Amino acid sequence: MQGGQILQRLRDRFGGAVVDTHEHRGDATLVVDRGTLVDALRFCRDEPTLGFDVLMDLTAVDYQRYPGREDGPRFDVVYHLYSLAQNHRVRVKVRVDEDDAAVPTAVDLWPIANWFEREVWDMFGVHFSGHPDLRRLLMYEEFVGHALRKDYPINRRQPLIGPKQ
Amino acid sequence: MGVGSFFTSKLDEAIGWARKYSIFQYPFVTACCGMEYMATACSHYDIDRFGAGLPRFSPRQADVLFVVGTISQKMAPVLKRIYDQMTEPKWVVAFGVCTCTGGFYDNYATVQGIDTIIPVDVYIPGCPPRPESVIDGLMKLQDKIATQTQRF
Amino acid sequence: MAEPVRRDFMLGEGAGTGSGGQQNLHVGVGPAHPAMHGIIRIQTEIDGEFIRKADVEIGYLHRAFEKDCEVGGYNNAIPYTDRLNYVSPLINNFAYAAAVEKLLGIEVTERCKFIRTVMSEISRVCDHLTCVGASAMELGAFTVFLYMIKAREYLWELVEDVTGARLTISYGRVGGVKADLPDGFAAKMTTAFKETREVLDEVHRLLTGNRIFMDRMVGVGVLSREETIGYAITGPLLRAAGVGYDVRRAQPHWAYDRVQWEVPTQKDGDNYSRYLVRMAEMEQSMRIAEQALAMMPGGAINVDFEGRPIDPAAYVDQGKQGKTEGLLLVPITLSPNLQGQNRAAWNQVNAHDKRVVLPPKETTYGSIEGLMNHFMLIMEGYGIRPPLGEAYFATEGANGELGFYVVSDGTDRPYRVRCRPPCLPPLAALHRMIEGEQIADLIPTFGSVNMIGGELDR
Repeated sequence: MQGGQILQRLRDRFGGAVVDTHEHRGDATLVVDRGTLVDALRFCRDEPTLGFDVLMDLTAVDYQRYPGREDGPRFDVVYHLYSLAQNHRVRVKVRVDEDDAAVPTAVDLWPIANWFEREVWDMFGVHFSGHPDLRRLLMYEEFVGHALRKDYPINRRQPLIGPKQ
Repeated sequence: MGVGSFFTSKLDEAIGWARKYSIFQYPFVTACCGMEYMATACSHYDIDRFGAGLPRFSPRQADVLFVVGTISQKMAPVLKRIYDQMTEPKWVVAFGVCTCTGGFYDNYATVQGIDTIIPVDVYIPGCPPRPESVIDGLMKLQDKIATQTQRF
Repeated sequence: MAEPVRRDFMLGEGAGTGSGGQQNLHVGVGPAHPAMHGIIRIQTEIDGEFIRKADVEIGYLHRAFEKDCEVGGYNNAIPYTDRLNYVSPLINNFAYAAAVEKLLGIEVTERCKFIRTVMSEISRVCDHLTCVGASAMELGAFTVFLYMIKAREYLWELVEDVTGARLTISYGRVGGVKADLPDGFAAKMTTAFKETREVLDEVHRLLTGNRIFMDRMVGVGVLSREETIGYAITGPLLRAAGVGYDVRRAQPHWAYDRVQWEVPTQKDGDNYSRYLVRMAEMEQSMRIAEQALAMMPGGAINVDFEGRPIDPAAYVDQGKQGKTEGLLLVPITLSPNLQGQNRAAWNQVNAHDKRVVLPPKETTYGSIEGLMNHFMLIMEGYGIRPPLGEAYFATEGANGELGFYVVSDGTDRPYRVRCRPPCLPPLAALHRMIEGEQIADLIPTFGSVNMIGGELDR
């Protein structure tokens, strides 16, 4: 399916819960409401004409210093889906505020979401409610803060940790 | 020169000569430099010509710790423990610019030079160093081993 | 309990999950383990020789790639991409550059597409050679490792000829590549491929039917097709499980739709299938590279340019004296580290968009407009400025789909660069591959997923 048709299908199904859609540079993008996120992802996976069976990537973007987004919502959590059978892609985004940075987990839909969500938690501090084991993935437990947030200076080093017993 | 110091200096030389050609290295390979380390160790550049052909993958059996690749803050305690596990006499080679100074990774995650954690004998700069500079570094280490006061 | 202290030490904290006096043992493998060519920590719970539970911990090589990219300009991120998958850095360079090009909405030239194809495939062969060699070494087949590194050395010399470096090459540029292919590239590539094919033959004879090798690899580390897809695993691991997904085939870019090649697949999804897929892919990669080089517009070698080559210093002197008439048409000889950036070569490999690509050296040295153009692209605050927006571009890395997701805020620095690491999904599924297997099987399984720290931890 073409990007436009995918977005049309999703708009038809979720109507009011769709915040925005665009096709910048040919990447079909759907922005949904947080409450509908898991339903939308499940629909994308299970609907035969869409058939997005692979969660290719899951990441986040901190829009704190982005022109036009300074007043929030601060984070976008970005899902890149791919369909092996249909050979098409879609990007699903959900916007969350800083003081309520939590998104429902997608672990029940794709097992890989487990690690991707741990990484987003580690780097951005976005919480995934319902995640079975939300630990840091890349940094160590003693690390304070979330490194990929725009207000974390790149060279703020933290004290070395001692050997683990 | 007294008879005693004559004998100790000659003995030092003899032991130094023996030690410099029997380097058992522990490659602490973490990152990109490891690929260049492999290239140096294999038949093309053949590090065996310098008596350093056999890597020992246990720190307790090794004399020289090759720290190959970036050391992150998370990895630092592991490096320290491995260094502590090695028995004397021991030497450390910082392989690649990340281990020398942190290289171009001036950020929150990277240790800015392993000499902030453990003492270093030879620094081999380069990102990654070419095998020729690794061999040059190894020969510098051999000179150092041969001429230092030996403890045994 | 004759030695209580000793037993406490061996069992560790939290042991004793078994019943009837039986207790499972906790063993930590890594981060610095003798038989693993990567730094991860696997906390295993073993019952005799069998792994009952495993917890994989990564992040020991986290070097803040994504944060580093946000600090410099768009081209400044290219050296960092080299060090993602440091066994096939060319693919990373090109994938990142292509993502930014997609964001800018520009198209690179035909010759550049072919160069990217050829160099990517050479890089892929290097990667698979290292992977197969290292995992064979960990099973005790040291000869295979020596042979394969020998072949890789020939390919690296070829790469060095083109890029100026063996490993961290920084050859890609947004809108093109750093320089054109050097003279005599085709002949050197033929020689290097001949050597590589000989090594592959030898390795086939040494490993493919080898009783010991097969006993260690067949049926070990199996991951079902469904789980492989659920864990978003792509690349050789997915193809070994019977799914013929390859980004080069599914979404062709550069010159992949213009050459004849096959996507090798296997059915079993075990370590041996992965080995076979990698061996077959190397042959296919060489096939692609040879065809692409033969079809390359302008031929394999730089096209000569009529006129008298002069030294850059003399060129600048002439310009200073005001003898600028016709100066722009004079080709110059460049110092070896700038070779391939003269105008004749530049025109062939770069997108003709002066908002993105540095001008050829003649223009920079010989005209004020060129110098200003160069200056604007290098100066902080100017440089490449894509419009507001985001783009995701994927290519087939050596380990699977390598995607870059770039967000622009309209300035000369990327607002966010996300690398979709092909290594991470297999590592996330590693515990599923090793649980229930023997502890000795951990080593070949870990070798077959080809973990590359730089790209896994970024």
